Amino acid sequence: MSFKNPIRPSEITPEHIYNDRRKFLKSIAIGLGATALSSMAFAKVRSLDNIVDSDLSIGDKKTSFKDITTYNNYYEFGTKKTDPSEYADKLTTDPWSVSIDGAVKKNKVLSIDEIIKLSSLEERIYRLRCVEGWSMVIPWVGIPLRSLLKHVSPTNNAKFVKFTTLNRPSEMIGQRYKVLDWPYVEGLRMDEAMHPLTILAVGLYGKVLPNQNGAPIRLVVPWKYGFKSTKAITKISLVEKMPKTSWMKAGPTEYGFYANVNPKVDHPRWTQATEREIGKGLFAPRVKTKMFNGYEKEVGYMYKNMDLKKYF
Amino acid sequence: MTKSLRPPLKPIIFLVCLWPLFSIGYTIYNDNLGANPIEYIEKHFGLWALIFLCLTLSLTPLKRLTQFGQWILYRRMLGLFVFFYASIHLLIYLGLDYQFAWTDIQDDILKHKYVLVGFLAWLLLIPLAFTSTNTMIKKLKKRWKSLHQLIYLVAILAILHFFWLVKKDLTEPIIYGSILATLLLIRVYYFAKNKQSKNKKNNEN
Repeated sequence: MSFKNPIRPSEITPEHIYNDRRKFLKSIAIGLGATALSSMAFAKVRSLDNIVDSDLSIGDKKTSFKDITTYNNYYEFGTKKTDPSEYADKLTTDPWSVSIDGAVKKNKVLSIDEIIKLSSLEERIYRLRCVEGWSMVIPWVGIPLRSLLKHVSPTNNAKFVKFTTLNRPSEMIGQRYKVLDWPYVEGLRMDEAMHPLTILAVGLYGKVLPNQNGAPIRLVVPWKYGFKSTKAITKISLVEKMPKTSWMKAGPTEYGFYANVNPKVDHPRWTQATEREIGKGLFAPRVKTKMFNGYEKEVGYMYKNMDLKKYF
Repeated sequence: MTKSLRPPLKPIIFLVCLWPLFSIGYTIYNDNLGANPIEYIEKHFGLWALIFLCLTLSLTPLKRLTQFGQWILYRRMLGLFVFFYASIHLLIYLGLDYQFAWTDIQDDILKHKYVLVGFLAWLLLIPLAFTSTNTMIKKLKKRWKSLHQLIYLVAILAILHFFWLVKKDLTEPIIYGSILATLLLIRVYYFAKNKQSKNKKNNEN
């Protein structure tokens, strides 16, 4: 079977069942009943059951699973939109741990299962607006980031949150080229990180998150351009100073720390006034981009007295 | 005499030059345009316009290097294909991408330098295409040659267009930029060499 051929989602064995089987067989081979029991318990947590709906979801028509999973910006696997869906399957996402440190009462290292136990899994249907001028509507599954942050008890010095993506060139083949300063670093102000809209996603369309979309765990900040939403997170640090992000280093005049979707502040290369909606076909017109990607009512207060042309 | 000037492979090369149309047709037929079909088609024709620009500019160096003059007989046709594919590229931008929303288009051209230089490159191709006939060549005489040297400016603008539109990975612009730079440098070399030998002759006289 070729990796390149798109397979209908219905044909794919859900990842957790696949993992189930493998772990089950492996444990039998070792002959330890106890291992079998514990790994099955582990798999149970991984399955995306008991997903609850959220009032924060929007009612727009969702972009197809195929489009969401074959048109990705994820430079760790290459700079072409189709590279991630071609190469991301090489990434090992299990076992995985996220270390949380910095201005917290106690440093922690948590597994994905421990993280998603902190709150109930919610489906959040959000708009995603890329800085390049295209957009999708994506049904994420995840937990609010604030549940995790509260869990680690930030100290008064916690002013920003810094997110770091995995650095593993052996599996992330795009990292063999210095397109960006690896590992990928992003950041949020504390109030942005604590905002109810900000989530850590582990799933998509009710299934475990595909690798090309940032598995096993990624950030989603729907009122900011897509590049703020760090994928394959291994480290979350609470810090006092504003972190320098990968894209700020790559193009300081083009990418700012805030990167709020704003039709009035143009990117030097692309118009931000309009956007192309993915999946609407050849003859659909561009649509007007909304302030804060349509989430102005929810997030506008955080930027009330800020010059958004300066803090882009 | 005139018979030997007829490019013998013209019909075949003409068909080969239509390849970008066949290949996009095949991709559309197989529903393989991907999640962003407009972007795909727009890039396809932009890239092919650039490839034909490289091909057009490689004929004179080929003539010099191979000491075989017939290459030049295909230059006009290839040059017109540059204009053809660049025009489709532009038309897709105007019609499919922006649906002829002129105020948005005007904003885009004036605010974004990569759009501006791309548009200028296309504008400069217009006089070249319209003066490509035998009648015009005869009419313009020596001025025809200087006019058609605008193609070098078009090449520079086209490469700038590519460099400035790419977000971070400059591999492709660098490849095409190097090809065009080489083709232009070969010309500079021969120009300098000719000048030298002319000077020599003058000195000897």
